[in-house]
Amino acid sequence: MYKEIKILRQHGIQYVKDLRRQPVSELFRGRPVISPDITGKEIETISTLCPSGAIDNKYGSIDLGKCVFCRECEFCLKEKIKFTNDYRIAATRREDLVIRPGIDNAVRLNEDVIRKEIRKIFRRSLKLRQVSAGGDNSCEMELNAAGNVNFDLGRYGIEFTASPRHADGIVITGPVSANMAEALKLTYEAVPDPKVIILVGTDAISGGMYSGSPALDRRFIGEHHIDLYVPGNPAHPLTFINGILDLLSVS
Amino acid sequence: MSIQCKEISANPFTISLGSIPLMDYNSFYSQTVQMMKDEPVHCVAYYGVEVNDDLQLICCLADDNNHNFRIYSTMLPVGSNPVPSISMEIPQLQVYEREIHENFGLFFDGHPWLKPVRYPHDRADRDSAMDNYPFYVIEGEELHEVGVGPVHAGVIEPGHFRFICNGEKVLHLEIQLGYQHRGVERILSAGLNGMKRSVICDNIVGDTSVGYALAHAQLIESLAGIQSEAAIQIERCIGLELERIAVHIGDTAALCGDVAYQLGQVVCEALRTEIINTTQFWCGNRFGKGLVRPGGTNYTLDEKVAVKILRVLEDVGKRFAAISDRIYTLPSVVARFEDIGTVTRRQALSIGAVGMAARTCGIRRDVRWSHPFQTYRERSFEPELIETGDVLARGLLRAREVSDSIAFITGLVNDRRGIRDRVSGPDYNLSLMPGSFALSLVEGWRGEICHSAVTDRDGNLIHYKIKDPSFHNWMALALAVREQEISDFPVCNKSFNLSYCGNDL
Repeated sequence: MYKEIKILRQHGIQYVKDLRRQPVSELFRGRPVISPDITGKEIETISTLCPSGAIDNKYGSIDLGKCVFCRECEFCLKEKIKFTNDYRIAATRREDLVIRPGIDNAVRLNEDVIRKEIRKIFRRSLKLRQVSAGGDNSCEMELNAAGNVNFDLGRYGIEFTASPRHADGIVITGPVSANMAEALKLTYEAVPDPKVIILVGTDAISGGMYSGSPALDRRFIGEHHIDLYVPGNPAHPLTFINGILDLLSVS
Repeated sequence: MSIQCKEISANPFTISLGSIPLMDYNSFYSQTVQMMKDEPVHCVAYYGVEVNDDLQLICCLADDNNHNFRIYSTMLPVGSNPVPSISMEIPQLQVYEREIHENFGLFFDGHPWLKPVRYPHDRADRDSAMDNYPFYVIEGEELHEVGVGPVHAGVIEPGHFRFICNGEKVLHLEIQLGYQHRGVERILSAGLNGMKRSVICDNIVGDTSVGYALAHAQLIESLAGIQSEAAIQIERCIGLELERIAVHIGDTAALCGDVAYQLGQVVCEALRTEIINTTQFWCGNRFGKGLVRPGGTNYTLDEKVAVKILRVLEDVGKRFAAISDRIYTLPSVVARFEDIGTVTRRQALSIGAVGMAARTCGIRRDVRWSHPFQTYRERSFEPELIETGDVLARGLLRAREVSDSIAFITGLVNDRRGIRDRVSGPDYNLSLMPGSFALSLVEGWRGEICHSAVTDRDGNLIHYKIKDPSFHNWMALALAVREQEISDFPVCNKSFNLSYCGNDL
């Protein structure tokens, strides 16, 4: 008993009090800021350089749904691109993930596209079934971390369930391999209506580095309405948590 | 019979394709059997490369005690199908033969079960599919089946487990994988530039990002005929050991969670957070993605990072020692781990177990010791060994390795401080030696990661092969749960924590 008390004292208070404003280390790769005076030539250089094709070769914008946050464009053009540590980058519309040169505004959810029933029904309790489909397991580990002793997402009534029958929606990670396509569809169908779909991580949003691989089958993503996009490689627990809280309008 | 093979003692290494002894399949068969009867010899790579219409099988064995590799190959002309299976004599080759069969349609006569490894998109038999895989069946009135997955109850990767049970006891567990297959090897051999290859290698197995990036970086450096500077080598090993500490502590949390010891779970969760946040402080990513690159790094370990690492490790070391001491002396916890999920030494040797799964069965198998790479070459390193092969052994090994790694990193950080030079950035334009075969091993936290590549006459990568430690070790899990209560499956599974994405690629 004495040992346990000593361990508990060392352990102290671990939970993050304010999940909305928790600072992360300076180098964390979050929302990028692109200088308004980036030149056409520079845009050409970095759009060719980008390993996942996230940079538009005409406008020089970075699509966070495709970006794998490797920062290579910043290393190439230090004066013009800076990845800030702003982790609140989830969005309800795919196009809101595109960061244009000269824009340094926070990414926020577009309220108009949020279905009315989401907040009405799930605001105080949202149970999710996770489907892992061809990723590298880092997003899954971050989703687990979102519920751990530090981030404790459960305090808002948001949890992962063991069965799709008990869930209000699914969270998809990974680029959706052909070998998981059927299982993904079956899991989604097993969730009772109304239900939400959340994509977590660049892999799930666009296929990431595996986009275009013949081993993928992304038809499910194309055929369904996506309620929330949570970019990242992997998505940081705070990105996921803040995205969900905004979706549910939890202050 | 005289043995024809190329012996190499360096890790990583590059040799010309022409220098690999080529023999007919019969000689290939007999010398494989002859060499692999020797206990410390295990296979690190055995795969097929299409040469025009023929199939070249290249085999690389590692001899742990003599610290070297032996490479040899055979060329199978079109139509030489089937060939005799070596697996009946050397069981650890069963999974390699299944993989070759799956990729090229080559039948191995006498192989007990050419079960699909991962249903790759470019498999030889396109009529077979993941969704109608015929599971192994045992008939019997007393028996029942339990199917789990591919979507599991927890937030984990997909895979299917089919238990055949006699009452509450597991008679047989069949593991079917492949759900995570996304064509990694094919993409890496598709003429990508150096930077894209490196980024892909960060994103193959997320919990071993540093291990994979390092296996790739040193393979490319070897193919380019260069060796990274001392400071870079030290930094890479610090990254690798931080990864080991983080996963071992995280898995200790999961093990405690499975036996409802909440204090152990939450304390270890918090300690893991401390470690991965330190990696993030260093390079901006909690999993170390982007930290290791061929030729150099974008994130050098400066004084600020050094201080942070030492401070965090000192604190975590103390707190982890206290909690693991409590975990492994608490009778209600130990009772759930001890004599559960036992793999015997003989089993581990026969399936070619690597890393933790081998070391917990008393097998001295650790690349840092047997085939040292990077800065391990200059340092003495003794692997931890435990003999009992059960869940408790795998838990205790993690605890010991955490404390070893902390001590090791502390030494490395201090050595790094002694080097004043600025380190170079990555070099993505290294030109690779033409017509070569290269291989690189890294001891990740699970065990031996093998990256291997073949270049064409212009120095382009035309074949890239990856072997995760889980490739062998999944079989250890299947053996561990035999005759166990099915309710002990979760602790057995967590104690190994094997990779699905590393197997499926």
